[in-house]
Amino acid sequence: MTTVSVPFTRRTPLRERLIEAFLFLSAAVGILTTVGIVAVLVFEAVEFFREIPLVDYLTGTVWSASIKPFRFGVLPLMTGTLLVAGIALLVAVPFGLVSGIYLAEYASPRIRMLLKPLLELIAGIPTVVLGFFAINFISPVLLKTLVPGIGGFSVLAGGIVVGILVTPLIASLSEDAMRAVPRGLREGAVAMGATKFEVVRRVVVPAALSGIMASIILAMSRAVGETMAVVLAVGANPQLTLDVRESVQTMTAFIVQISLGDTPAGSLQFKALFAVGATLFMMTLALNLLSDRVVARFRNRY
Amino acid sequence: MTANVPASAAAPAARFEPNLMRRKLAGTIFLGVCLLAIGVLLLTLAVLLWDILSRALPWLDAQFLTGAPSRRAERAGVLPALVGSIEIALLVALITFPIGVAAAIYLEEYANDNRLSRLLRTNIANLAGVPSIVYGIFGLALFVRGLGLGFSLLAGAMTLSLLILPVVIIASMEAMRAVPQAQREAAFALGGSRWQVVGGSVLPAAAPGILTGIILAMARAIGETAPLILVGAVTFVTFLPNPIDSGYTVLPIQIFQWAGDPREDFQSLAAAAITVLLILMFVLNAVAIIIRARLSRHLTW
Repeated sequence: MTTVSVPFTRRTPLRERLIEAFLFLSAAVGILTTVGIVAVLVFEAVEFFREIPLVDYLTGTVWSASIKPFRFGVLPLMTGTLLVAGIALLVAVPFGLVSGIYLAEYASPRIRMLLKPLLELIAGIPTVVLGFFAINFISPVLLKTLVPGIGGFSVLAGGIVVGILVTPLIASLSEDAMRAVPRGLREGAVAMGATKFEVVRRVVVPAALSGIMASIILAMSRAVGETMAVVLAVGANPQLTLDVRESVQTMTAFIVQISLGDTPAGSLQFKALFAVGATLFMMTLALNLLSDRVVARFRNRY
Repeated sequence: MTANVPASAAAPAARFEPNLMRRKLAGTIFLGVCLLAIGVLLLTLAVLLWDILSRALPWLDAQFLTGAPSRRAERAGVLPALVGSIEIALLVALITFPIGVAAAIYLEEYANDNRLSRLLRTNIANLAGVPSIVYGIFGLALFVRGLGLGFSLLAGAMTLSLLILPVVIIASMEAMRAVPQAQREAAFALGGSRWQVVGGSVLPAAAPGILTGIILAMARAIGETAPLILVGAVTFVTFLPNPIDSGYTVLPIQIFQWAGDPREDFQSLAAAAITVLLILMFVLNAVAIIIRARLSRHLTW
């Protein structure tokens, strides 16, 4: 980063070199963590796949980890996870995007100063608190009156709270993307006679589209990895369904369930925890890399 | 004049309808949609806080703050979880402060722009996107079983430290990047070595930003739940924890347990514990804001 180089590059004193070594080791902790996470997940997951073939795991439609006969088909957990994430996006994309547009294009500096901390406040709410909100308000008050036949735990309730959780993420990242659009583009459109809304719709949003898409993909990644709100709101009923009124189990919720019980280390259930963890890690990693790619690929350079 | 205009150019002009009324109306409608969306978000926040506080207030008393969890709701308290949360936050700060700041110094002030440093940077950005529960799995394998720390507060704090580290590093890097280059050049001109420049000139100038980042990271650590479930924070602890060899619990886990109990009284206990947690986080955030304002007052460039 620094462009200044030390004058008189004689031999660097020992003390300086020791300090640099310590600094480098600290910076390497991140790499070690990544390597460690991957190693642990792969090592334990391989143990699991020695007993349950990978194909059966990936294509099986029944997940029964605690009730005999044990079945480890991950599809119910995966559809549960994706359903919750999908509903979360259905909630968060319109709200997040519209709030982002408002903050970037319409709000006066004073209103921004007021609204941004409030959005950060929502983003900072611990997820277990949102889980509490789901079982105390969203399920019994909101959904009971709006959706007939819905139970106390449902995909819908989980999706809505996770949606609330990731809305600020989409709002602030897409706001950043839109603020990065150069003023000249807006002025050009205004000079051609476009109204404010036409500038936003035809110029600013298309120009910021890569950043907006990236924010949505990141939100999806967060939603897939979200745990506590989902455990409380969605329940623990691994079933293959597309009915959002049903209770399901997500991958994260399964991991929590196994950790809470007295599962002995070395048992098949315990190894399944790592296999599901590895699956989750791969899904979020793929989404995060995709988001980076979208930004790099489609960034308009001005 | 008109005769010279080719037909193709005249055609769009002929189709052009100013129709400003309708276009402006569309804009007004959109602005309405914006305000509606923001309004719904703020309303949600308000309902959430009201839902929690209205339940919590009758339960927030000295008994609740000084008592231990109990099977009987009216005698239950939150003290072991509160102490556990504070201890774990302090441990996380102690662990992440030296490592996080050192890593940031290396990446910002020492590393050249080569392959290795780019890899380190990308890796830190990617670590920030790993779900917290995956850190829990890693902590379980490394600290709890690998290093034999068992289900201790220390293992929990180390797991959370790994989770928080990218946040601390990124915040510290940003704080150092904001220090003007002239500051470094002046220190080098006085004959300072690289470390003397960083330690004597850059770090003091970046201190408010770094401290703010660490406190905000503590606030995040206090609210984390999922990784601690994996590394064994248990839910029924009636004593105050010690870091090495006793069970422990923290506020979010206590909230999770009470919230999972369908009885009304326990739901109210969960709400009361949430209030304590939110106050704790609010205090940390306030401290961060004050530090930023205080320390940066006489540092203007």
